[in-house]
Amino acid sequence: MHATTPELTDDEVRTIRGDFPILAETVNGHPLAYLDSAATTQKPRAVLDAEREFLERRNAAVHRGAHTLAAEATEEFEAARATVAAFVGADVGEIVWTSNATEGINLVAYGLSNAAFGDGDPALAVGPGDEIVVTELEHHANLIPWQQLARRTGATLRYLPVDDDGALRLDLVGEVITDRTRVVAVSHVSNVLGIVNPVAVLVEAAHRAGAIVVLDACQSAPHAPLDLGELDVDIAVFSGHKMLGPTGVGVLYGKRTLLEALPPFLTGGSMITTVTLDRAEFMAPPQRFEAGTQRVSQAIGLAAAVRYLDAVGMPRIAAHDRQLGARLAEGLDAIRGVRVLGPVGVERVGLAGFDLAGVHPHDLGQVLDDRGIAIRVGHHCAQPLHRRLGLGASARASAALYTTDDEVDRFLDAVDEAAGFFGVRS
Amino acid sequence: MSSDDLRALYQEVILTHARDPDGRGIVDGWTGRAREVNPLCGDEIDLAVGVEGGVIRSITWEGHGCAISQASASLLTGLLEGATVADARERIELFRTALRSRGEIELDEEHFGDAVALGGVSRYVARVKCAMLAWVTLENALATS
Repeated sequence: MHATTPELTDDEVRTIRGDFPILAETVNGHPLAYLDSAATTQKPRAVLDAEREFLERRNAAVHRGAHTLAAEATEEFEAARATVAAFVGADVGEIVWTSNATEGINLVAYGLSNAAFGDGDPALAVGPGDEIVVTELEHHANLIPWQQLARRTGATLRYLPVDDDGALRLDLVGEVITDRTRVVAVSHVSNVLGIVNPVAVLVEAAHRAGAIVVLDACQSAPHAPLDLGELDVDIAVFSGHKMLGPTGVGVLYGKRTLLEALPPFLTGGSMITTVTLDRAEFMAPPQRFEAGTQRVSQAIGLAAAVRYLDAVGMPRIAAHDRQLGARLAEGLDAIRGVRVLGPVGVERVGLAGFDLAGVHPHDLGQVLDDRGIAIRVGHHCAQPLHRRLGLGASARASAALYTTDDEVDRFLDAVDEAAGFFGVRS
Repeated sequence: MSSDDLRALYQEVILTHARDPDGRGIVDGWTGRAREVNPLCGDEIDLAVGVEGGVIRSITWEGHGCAISQASASLLTGLLEGATVADARERIELFRTALRSRGEIELDEEHFGDAVALGGVSRYVARVKCAMLAWVTLENALATS
């Protein structure tokens, strides 16, 4: 199915690049080669214009007020929700706006512990004897909220290990996911390794055990078609700014029945029906989870980003991305002293984490920056995975739909020369 | 191939010290010890100082990090072994001021010897912490001594 989707042509990528003003910037005397899209993507004019247009012509608080602008703003805000819902194969009522993916995961983790206090469906309450399962390769955002949930409730945190290459140990799924498991939290695509995790296997095991699956889709949503309904996960989160949208807006997807049972995390205005001095009744989802003034222009910007991605076509973006991922991984692998992180022969997005023997990632990043090449260095918010791979830090190059082969090649040449610069080769 | 800016940051003396640093491997007999982490990059240093009669007799350390942080720890060892505690504190403060000056204040050779090579780091705000790590850790180790 993948092989038949045509990649973006060089001309198409050139046209796309014209829509991203920042890509024409010069950095340290070189044309910018932006290979840090997994940290945050650049934004096309369509997104910047959508936010500006809204703020200049229709800005108002949503879901309150009777004036014309308030009505228009509310309509556009809700239309944005529908756009994003359609993009990920969800119903509009299953999409909750958050500030970012991290807030989305915390919303669920706190909701589950709040259920123990009699809010929402008591069947959701997590407590002693219950187990929460994460994986060894998670981003801290999909680890620490679960550690904290376990601490608050007395539940036990368990993890599915990875092998020496960083692949999930599927042979241990049956041991780790049991009838005590209440939550299985996993990332769709590893932000360090770029590999696609076998979500279907975990979903099946989790559902058989009666547990919910929380999917971190931050690194998959920008790269390939995403159908959350088909994946059958119970919760998914992703961030706007990693998929051409603005910062300050993220998305929480939840199956309708689960969202209806889940008590709120943040409480206050806009999420209630009746309030007395003693207590409050909460609205139905998604509003139950959207307390306070909403990030309206950002949601509208994210909808513009989704329309932009749709217009290019996610299957074609995915084909382009896979090609760049292979070029990155194969190119790096051919450089003496480079260890490409992650198992080989599995599906990979346009992202490669690596280690260059004898050169600390920060020094490598500095040399690349000197040539206008932006990559990520450090532990990428995944310290346990780095420890497991025997590293303190690593370097990561990540692509997006606007990335060219030429940028990848400039990057590969610079990595090769960095080894010479630091004198780690005789 | 590399620009002059990059050569000014990674001077030969830094690369040499990073490859083969002095003072690595903590030696017994220390009187003060501290551990610091740079949470942004995960760099770590565990540094032990031996003080006798107000004079620093030994500085040894263990840790990992970038070339700047490793060279900085190495240069610090050679520079401040034999210095009085008061003198070391003063030079740590001068070092901090220069490193935070965004290239405005240079390190002078009289006080800093070969460690003047670290002065180039002050123009790279994101790397100042790398150069400072060992110095801050020594300051904390002296406080426990």
